[in-house]
Amino acid sequence: MISARNVGVRLDSRAILHDVSLEVRPGEVLALVGPNGAGKSTLLSVLSGDRKPDSGTVTIDGRDVGGIRHAELAQLRAVLTQENSVSFPFRVSEVVAMGRSPWARAIESRDDVAVVTAALEATDVAHLGERRYTTLSGGEKARVSLARVLAQHTPVVFLDEPTAALDLRHQEDVMKVARSMAADGRAVVVVLHDLSLAGAYSDRLALIAHGKLDAIGTPSEVLTAERVESVYGLPVDLHQVAGHPVVVPRR
Amino acid sequence: MNNTLRGVTLTLTLAALLLGGIVASAVLGQLSVSPAEVGGSLLRALGIHNEWAPADSIVESTLWVVRFPRIAMALVVGAALAVAGAVMQAIFGNPLAEPGVVGVSSGAAFGAAIAIVAGVAALGDGAIALFAFVGGLLATLLVYFVSRANGRTEVVTLLLTGIAVNAFAGAGLAFLLFVADSGSREQIVFWQLGSLNGSRWSEVLIVALVTAIGLAAAVVLARPFDLLSLGERNARHLGVNVERLRIVSIVIVALLTGVAVAFCGIIAFVGLVVPHAMRMVIGPAHRQLIVASAVGGGVLLVLSDLLARSVVTGGDLPIGLLTSLVGGPFFFYLLFRQRKRSGGWA
Repeated sequence: MISARNVGVRLDSRAILHDVSLEVRPGEVLALVGPNGAGKSTLLSVLSGDRKPDSGTVTIDGRDVGGIRHAELAQLRAVLTQENSVSFPFRVSEVVAMGRSPWARAIESRDDVAVVTAALEATDVAHLGERRYTTLSGGEKARVSLARVLAQHTPVVFLDEPTAALDLRHQEDVMKVARSMAADGRAVVVVLHDLSLAGAYSDRLALIAHGKLDAIGTPSEVLTAERVESVYGLPVDLHQVAGHPVVVPRR
Repeated sequence: MNNTLRGVTLTLTLAALLLGGIVASAVLGQLSVSPAEVGGSLLRALGIHNEWAPADSIVESTLWVVRFPRIAMALVVGAALAVAGAVMQAIFGNPLAEPGVVGVSSGAAFGAAIAIVAGVAALGDGAIALFAFVGGLLATLLVYFVSRANGRTEVVTLLLTGIAVNAFAGAGLAFLLFVADSGSREQIVFWQLGSLNGSRWSEVLIVALVTAIGLAAAVVLARPFDLLSLGERNARHLGVNVERLRIVSIVIVALLTGVAVAFCGIIAFVGLVVPHAMRMVIGPAHRQLIVASAVGGGVLLVLSDLLARSVVTGGDLPIGLLTSLVGGPFFFYLLFRQRKRSGGWA
């Protein structure tokens, strides 16, 4: 579906990303993890077509991402960014409905109401529908923005730290939403900081360190105590809970 | 109140205010004309003979040469300025952006003043409008590129940029006043204050045409403006060509502001007060907001102009003075309220 080959990004002659190659497949949740400043968000913006790589290529269904028009790209991929402020006091339902705008002139627009309702319910914000977005709390804003991304209903979905502002239950809810999108046959790429959360909900995990792809594979393959210790520079213990790796710093 | 009801109430209120304002403006003045005569004269112009139409040719010419063009000018200039404000707020992602506040109006006035002093104005009304448009365009571009960071405009940067642009255009105007002969000097002073006095049908036609184009373009772009309030990146993810939208919008703002300033001088705060009031009533969705702002701006200027020429007997206050008198404190109120709510306007 999405394929990155030998992608490199430089900023002021410093390599932010170096020679990263990976595939994103339909029906999977791919988690991008790694320390702060490792290049996860940059990789996400390159994969989503926001940023042109300085070297290498990114293709979506075999076509160069940079060559696809804005309007068409919006029907192929949705992105949840970390920054989600809204300049004017739109209602929550209006904000979520904005996610439907790429389909405004397409046959899919007949599903608008149903898709928006489903998105509001899946993210547990249906009760906020009539509220003004600007009056919501941080966690509510994050969930409404996720609902907007859901409503866009694209085959590929990028989520940049979707759990950052959320409490324990809503973190789990968001990751369940990501799983159900994958079960629909969509590809989900999610940047996460919580290794245990990534381990529990992703099919594959890509560990980024110093702008390079350190390892990619199933959570159990990638999350070994030695690798996590060397990448994060912190001694950790690894446990298995219900078949998923759980990373606990040694304190 | 639900949305439809709000919309209907707003439409009715604006229509009543507009009708009242127009009739009052046509009736009141040094020469008093009865409402029946106004109606009769209008009907006669439409080819319907009636007994109310004024028999006196002085009354007839007062209406058609002095008062009607002035009312029409107030309507179209108000619409132009309010729509320019709404568009500017959409692309800056900031409800405090306004052509007068950030210096677009003074840029346009500077351009118009150059046309007067250089003698280009003799070429006709279009020449002043063109110079005002170029001045306004340069000011908008400058403000836009200086005050944006990471796809948003912080209020402090926006206002500081406005101060700089206003200061520069003010200095330019002062210099032109210094070198100009006394005739041009009077014209420039008129520009700085803003007035609808002496509006002619030929001028009204130019402003109406440009306003219609600007309004139509803004309505077409209403959906992208909605999406832009999610921030530039998110708008792009939803398929908006942000770069193109920006450039088209800047041209719209410069056109609308330029043409208004070229014929009526600087009338500040209309673009701030009107879209804000409309947003409070019908919400921020841009299609309705832009149309309502156009009508609301027209109503506001018709009423302000009525006030401007009737508050001092026999005198004609500059309308720009009046709008700033009301708009200034309103601007303070907006700033204060926003600061209290979120500790700044990021």
